[in-house]
Amino acid sequence: MLRNLCIALLFAAAFPAAAADAGWQSGAGLFRVTFQSELDPIVINRIHNWVLHIEDEHGAPVAGATLAVTGGMPAHDHGLPTAPQVTRELAAGDYVLEGLRFHMSGRWELQITITTDDSQDVVVISLDL
Amino acid sequence: MRRRIRNLLVLLLACMAVYYAWIHRPLSPAPWSDEDLVTLRSLSIASLPPLPADPSNAVADDRDAAIMGSLLFFDARLSANGEVSCATCHQPDLGFTDGLQKGRGIGESKRSTRSVVGVAYSPWLYWDGRRDSLWSQALSPLEDPQEHGSNRMHIVRLVTSEAVYRDMYRSLFGQVPAFTDTGRFPAAAAPIDDPDLASAWAAMRDIDRQAVNTVYANIGKTIAAFERSVLPQGTRFDAYVSALLRGDQKEQDALFSKDEVLGLQLFIGEARCTECHNGPLFTNDEFHNTGVLAYPGELPDRGRIDGLRLVLGNEFNCLGDYSDDQAQRCAELTYVRSGPELIGATRTPSLRNVSQTSPYMHRGQLATLAEVLQHYNRAPDAMIGHNEAKPLGLTGPQLKRLEAFLRTLAASSAR
Repeated sequence: MLRNLCIALLFAAAFPAAAADAGWQSGAGLFRVTFQSELDPIVINRIHNWVLHIEDEHGAPVAGATLAVTGGMPAHDHGLPTAPQVTRELAAGDYVLEGLRFHMSGRWELQITITTDDSQDVVVISLDL
Repeated sequence: MRRRIRNLLVLLLACMAVYYAWIHRPLSPAPWSDEDLVTLRSLSIASLPPLPADPSNAVADDRDAAIMGSLLFFDARLSANGEVSCATCHQPDLGFTDGLQKGRGIGESKRSTRSVVGVAYSPWLYWDGRRDSLWSQALSPLEDPQEHGSNRMHIVRLVTSEAVYRDMYRSLFGQVPAFTDTGRFPAAAAPIDDPDLASAWAAMRDIDRQAVNTVYANIGKTIAAFERSVLPQGTRFDAYVSALLRGDQKEQDALFSKDEVLGLQLFIGEARCTECHNGPLFTNDEFHNTGVLAYPGELPDRGRIDGLRLVLGNEFNCLGDYSDDQAQRCAELTYVRSGPELIGATRTPSLRNVSQTSPYMHRGQLATLAEVLQHYNRAPDAMIGHNEAKPLGLTGPQLKRLEAFLRTLAASSAR
């Protein structure tokens, strides 16, 4: 617990600012997602990590979820240039997403499928780079 | 009836004359918007970040390693016939390319030679990204039968027995192994597609193979240290952006013609070039299928879909035993993607010095910049996979302006 807290604090220090304050609601409204990017602002052509924070509809952190991430540029009909993965859960509801890179300016979308023991929902995060 | 045809012809000619006059009308560039200025700043050499670290190469930024690497880069003794060096294809006077459709060492390569300028910024090497570091790339031509045609046993023996290299190696890496015992170390050996070399390599003890590989990898690391010093130089384009951001109109007018400004406006706008040719090196270093046709009689190039398999299986990749990245960060390799988008996809080249680096495309299929621009304007269907590009519908004069702009990306003297 203390170790996880230390790691979370280190990440908070290393990842300077929240890129999204309001967050994104999942399709069926089961989850709300915010993220902190290691790069602030996010620039193109640099591989980097995020920390995703997942809450349920009551605002409580969602622990032990399985997250799958895909994405791309809808206007260009292509996907992400990397295959980012959630590698670990730092603290309840905080998940490290590694290996993100964006290789063009414009509108990107990330689809995050969140699966818990009793539910599944998809949140779409939009970014304008 | 005849009169009607004549009238129609006259009308058609008049329409053509009006169209011709319209597309050739003198234009004045529109003022740059704030968004344009952000894009132009991002393309300028002033935005080039410091060289990214290469944790897989402990001597990447060592000056002595770069000196040793520069000697090796120009040393034809590394090749099987004593006539081919790295500089045979990467000629400094040609923007570190060779002016040929396909690279020519001992034989002819499958693909066109890519420039070395600014290559240390790329996470992937080669058109298909089949290597993930400069040092692992530097080792590949040495054993390619069409390039140096050599073998690692010959190369490590040369470097460890030749006085200058041996001393440099010792000061960089410590102990110099001796490869003099011909019972353990044959005259020639390598794990490549050559029956004699491969069987000689297979007959060696594991520990001896590792000793050879360690020295071989270190040789690549010194060449990489040298290549990291080959950086882009300022161009007329960079000077123009600098003048623009300072608001110095007189300097802008002295640096760029109207056509060059119009070409630049097309480049960042209607022609959509910056979708891939972005950032201060004018490349996103990603893999795209842009429908470049194969030569008649040649199979289409499978590109990244093969390159991915090769880089994952390469013993000198970032996750391999010879990488210095103890922490095994290797983010690009760990989170590399696969999928059908990679079929026929090749890596976006930098456009810096582009007017010096003809012919173009991964097999040198297009001889001139004009042909390249026409290709993107048409965006033909790909032979395999899917062409990501869409037809642009630009006019002849617009393509000429784009070309005029591209010529401003030549460094005054390519290093």
